[in-house]
Amino acid sequence: MGQIQLNQVTKTFGNVNVIPPLDLTIHDGEFTVFVGPSGCGKSTLLRMIAGLEDLTTGSISIDGVDATDTPPAKRGLAMVFQSYALYPHMSVRKNIAFPMRMAKMPEDEQNRRIEAAAKALNLTDYLDRRPGQLSGGQRQRVAIGRAIVREPSAFLFDEPLSNLDAALRVGMRLEITEMHERLKTTMIYVTHDQVEAMTMADKIVVLRAGIIEQVGSPLELYHSPQNEFVASFIGSPKMNLIKGEEAAKHGAATIGIRPEHTGVSMTEGMWKGRVGVSEHLGSDTFIHVHDTGLADMITVRINGDVQVKHGDTIYLNPELDKLHKFGADGKRID
Amino acid sequence: MATQHSRSAARIMMAPAVVLLLGWMLVPLIMTLMFSFKRYLPLRGGDLGWTGFDNYIRFVSSSAFWPAVSTTLIIVGAVLIITIVLGVLLALLLDQPMWGQGVVRILVIAPFFVMPTVSSLVWKNMFMDPTNGLFAHLWRFFGADPVAWLSEASVPSIIMIVSWQWLPFATLILLTAVQSLDSEQLEAAEMDGAPALSKFGYLILPHLSRAITIVVLIQTIFLLSIFAEIFVTTGGAFGSRTLTYLIFQRVLESQNVGLGSAGGVYAIILANIVAIFLMRIVGKNLDA
Repeated sequence: MGQIQLNQVTKTFGNVNVIPPLDLTIHDGEFTVFVGPSGCGKSTLLRMIAGLEDLTTGSISIDGVDATDTPPAKRGLAMVFQSYALYPHMSVRKNIAFPMRMAKMPEDEQNRRIEAAAKALNLTDYLDRRPGQLSGGQRQRVAIGRAIVREPSAFLFDEPLSNLDAALRVGMRLEITEMHERLKTTMIYVTHDQVEAMTMADKIVVLRAGIIEQVGSPLELYHSPQNEFVASFIGSPKMNLIKGEEAAKHGAATIGIRPEHTGVSMTEGMWKGRVGVSEHLGSDTFIHVHDTGLADMITVRINGDVQVKHGDTIYLNPELDKLHKFGADGKRID
Repeated sequence: MATQHSRSAARIMMAPAVVLLLGWMLVPLIMTLMFSFKRYLPLRGGDLGWTGFDNYIRFVSSSAFWPAVSTTLIIVGAVLIITIVLGVLLALLLDQPMWGQGVVRILVIAPFFVMPTVSSLVWKNMFMDPTNGLFAHLWRFFGADPVAWLSEASVPSIIMIVSWQWLPFATLILLTAVQSLDSEQLEAAEMDGAPALSKFGYLILPHLSRAITIVVLIQTIFLLSIFAEIFVTTGGAFGSRTLTYLIFQRVLESQNVGLGSAGGVYAIILANIVAIFLMRIVGKNLDA
């Protein structure tokens, strides 16, 4: 079990209102990702769920029981920190055993769980080393191991991959997703990286300034963003947002078209522009198009084999059925 | 990479400092060694020639020697224990967010800026005086007989004064160590269900071990040679004579430079024995 419910939760630090009243339900077994730009309150929200931050007002219930004033250790949640927060002077084995030792669990049960966790996380050979002798990815695994052995009702991850290099990050991303499939435990994951959010989540919660902008599955967010913020935040490269006359033609204040939904031609098309920088990724090429008279720059994503030069004239053909329309208030128009 | 040229230039430029330092240390050391093998009584005939190991034998066989060594070790040990235990507690206390933190921290450090002579005189006259001292008044207030601190409990009194002087140093170093503890580690321990005492035992104390090591090392070096505190309070009487003080008495009060120098050589040996022990225990801590 691991259903977490936030009711009218708020948080203020001094005079600064970090989180205005917020309601959210996280269902049992769900992999929920909180995503948003830095300073949007996503980590604060996670720490409030963990019990490391007090709520200013509102309540949190875990599995239907009010946990607003329950101390962190009694909530049955385990947290993985950004800095891993391993205990540097203890061996890996002792690090993993620490929560069980604090709970005064029998020795043989402790050992059984440590062995199981170490095997699942490929740490068996490192149990007697100290955290300082491990690589970043291994430390992260130890931190996850320390969380797993508690058999919590939910895991909380606070940007766990941001201290790893790019290649390791992709690997750990898969491992965590795999672990979720295996354990089927509720997981709440905080990140500022929309790629992590898209690839891992069952449910994404997009936050801005403490306000939930949209909740939905990755594809829901991608296909029907409810407002301009979500539209530009989800997707890489970013969606092109066009205002003014062109948008008015489509009956909206702003129209958005994703780079991958725009075709190009050297001879004819709806919009004309000049090629700026093109970024070749091999499989794809991102072309930045200037002087279209629509926006400062429009990014298009095309097949990697197309050759264009800086300064060429280019024509763009957006797929009109994939156009997103937003009203003057930034909300989606269907 | 340093070139041949820049390396020799560096040597030339370091030379004056090295020569000065060597002179500063080697000349007194060699003179001490030389005098320790001489019968040298400045007011009773001056330099009376070489005597071999006589001075060394006399210094050790004197009835004052072993009590002085044990007093030295007791004072050093007690001050170390008091300053580290209280220093850790004070550091934890000062780390808590509180009103007027900046002022309190400066106040805590203040005793370190007071000269040993001055602070010892203040303690002697204001606190420990058996008729007018603050302690005497306090004792009388509770109906007890005032303690004549410096004569009845001279070693504990000196330990108290020296601890008061060195507590700020220990607190300061330990406070910076406490502040460098990763707050996420404490939060992780909190999530893991560790009560405050376990957090202290499993996280804070191991984290402080290196700072404690440094405090022990530096304080030992300075505490082995405390002098002013004894000179202005008991004058070495009532069993408060340390090795340093004994040497002072031999040289200046008995006017026997040779005997005092032999004592000085013993003090060097004692300091080195203590240092080797400390390095053994502590060296491991610094490696980690």
